[in-house]
Amino acid sequence: MTQPIILEVQNLSRSFGKFQALGGISLKIPKGKLCALIGPNGAGKTTFYNVVSGRYRPTIGKVFFEGRDISGLPSHALVARGLLRSFQVTNIFPALTVRENVLTPLAVMRGLSFSFLGSMARRPELVDEAEAILARVGLRGQSHRVVSTLAYGDKRLIEIAIVLACQPKLVLLDEPTAGMNPEETDRMIRLIKELSDKSEITFFITEHDMKVVFSVAENIFVLNQGTLLAEGTPDEIRSNREVKQAYLGGSLDAASH
Amino acid sequence: MGGLTLRRILPATLLLAFLVAAPFFLSTYWVIILTEILTMSLFAMSFNLLFGYTGLLSFGQAGFFGAGGYFAVLTLLHGPPSLWVALAAAVVGTALLALVIGWLCVRLDEIYFAILTLGFGMMLFTTAHNWRSVTGGSDGLGGFTVPPLNLIAWQVSLFNPKYFYFLVLAVTLLGTLLLLRMVKSPFGLLLRATRENSNRVAFVGANVRRLRLFAFVIAGTLAGVAGVLFAIFNRIASPEMLHWSFSGKAVLMTVLGGSGVLLGPAVGAAIFYVLEHYITTFTTSWMIFLGAILVVLVLAFPKGVLGSVMEFFAQKRRGAAP
Ligand SMILES: Nc1ncnc2c1ncn2[C@@H]1O[C@H](COP(=O)(O)OP(=O)(O)O)[C@@H](O)[C@H]1O
Ligand SMILES: [Mg+2]
Repeated sequence: MTQPIILEVQNLSRSFGKFQALGGISLKIPKGKLCALIGPNGAGKTTFYNVVSGRYRPTIGKVFFEGRDISGLPSHALVARGLLRSFQVTNIFPALTVRENVLTPLAVMRGLSFSFLGSMARRPELVDEAEAILARVGLRGQSHRVVSTLAYGDKRLIEIAIVLACQPKLVLLDEPTAGMNPEETDRMIRLIKELSDKSEITFFITEHDMKVVFSVAENIFVLNQGTLLAEGTPDEIRSNREVKQAYLGGSLDAASH
Repeated sequence: MGGLTLRRILPATLLLAFLVAAPFFLSTYWVIILTEILTMSLFAMSFNLLFGYTGLLSFGQAGFFGAGGYFAVLTLLHGPPSLWVALAAAVVGTALLALVIGWLCVRLDEIYFAILTLGFGMMLFTTAHNWRSVTGGSDGLGGFTVPPLNLIAWQVSLFNPKYFYFLVLAVTLLGTLLLLRMVKSPFGLLLRATRENSNRVAFVGANVRRLRLFAFVIAGTLAGVAGVLFAIFNRIASPEMLHWSFSGKAVLMTVLGGSGVLLGPAVGAAIFYVLEHYITTFTTSWMIFLGAILVVLVLAFPKGVLGSVMEFFAQKRRGAAP
């Protein structure tokens, strides 16, 4: 029995001028499996997410989501199908309140984007749903705070709350713990693991902290200079010689201790 | 989220009572100034739907204001002598114009959007200025008779400044209520989200271009309606109405009153006209004084006069609460 494939990428390439940031990547993500994409800084992880999530067009290659070709579709069309992403650099709505940050995607999902005259305040079911999502990511009781006044770690959680409000099937998480202190990192990773275990959502995560990656991921892809270097379980990756070389031994050894 | 508390209703009721009663105790001169303030308020608020709520700085808003005026006057000159028909023609005309121009402009944002709208505004100005056979050229388009306003049972003559004032008050009030509903709607929330971070809005599944286009068309149409009032008030539609410096007035009034509050641009318009009135009574080089006062006001009230006052009261309440 094979698990259905939620995301398939075929020979995906992307160049910026003469520089090839992605050079022919092919991979498959099985539904429900927590996968990770790792690689040294500048390997092309963010670019890969940018192309898959519709921010950039691929130069060549194809992306299939639930078996359908989605290459080159605009981001908002991908979101409607359930393909979501978060951002390495916090990317939320700073002057809106915590609740409004979540109400925004909820309004879009309910098809209310062009509801001009209906009042947002008279939609208790949306507010309830927003509160439920905020509670789920651990931001209960902060609804009326303006997001720009939140602590850094909480802002990163808003990023997750926004994604959850979009009813995702697959979420690409681009370094969700970037810039976090150890406690915040721990909280974020527990949240992702819990969401992955208890919901239907498939997570595909990039992460610079090797310890975190090896503790959380079921399957790992290693990217180096725009090409896929290796793929396998954490144990397989840990013992892979090419991977060790790419990382100069350092962080991988640290992770196995 | 707060309901309709006394604190919210009281100032609005007082303002409304003042505006309704004003013609009964103010001189005709001040009634006329109030009429101008209300007209410009609607125009500046239409601009602020784009600027304050959507984060798009349009320098071409006067193009739609002027186009509304020309559409109405052309209809009165060549069509049936009905204000309603003239108004309807202006609404449809400016909406279509804004749809076409907006379709091209919303592809870009920030300074590029501002430059595009400036460019289209200049094209509209040149059209009004040079197409003499239709627009009357630099003289503008006047010489029409203002038909009485047909209110089912009544024929109201607009030659009485008081009656015209009430028409402007009613239209501006309707426009304001429409904007108020809109900024509180899901669409309004999405506009504010677009202002905050348009790129992220696309990644929650919304079509940013279409959101901006709708805002552009609504703003353009409301500006057109304000232009109709302005042209009837002055008995002429003139190219100056479309000039970019007229768009600049909307920018100035909005920044002066506060772009974060719905009525901010209206307060800005009021300050502008009242200052203009008092300064012109004692000097002919009033622009210098007006400019100096505006600089001081903008520096003293970084969020606009109304915006800063509202924030002051909000902080006082928060300070008193816990
Ligand atoms: N928009 C862009 N224009 C030009 N070069 C880019 C762009 N985005 C990424 N790159 C380049 O592509 C390479 C991969 O970057 P990135 O995907 O951000 O790496 P990672 O996320 O793995 O650290 C880098 O050399 C980066 O400079
Ligand atoms: Mg990156």
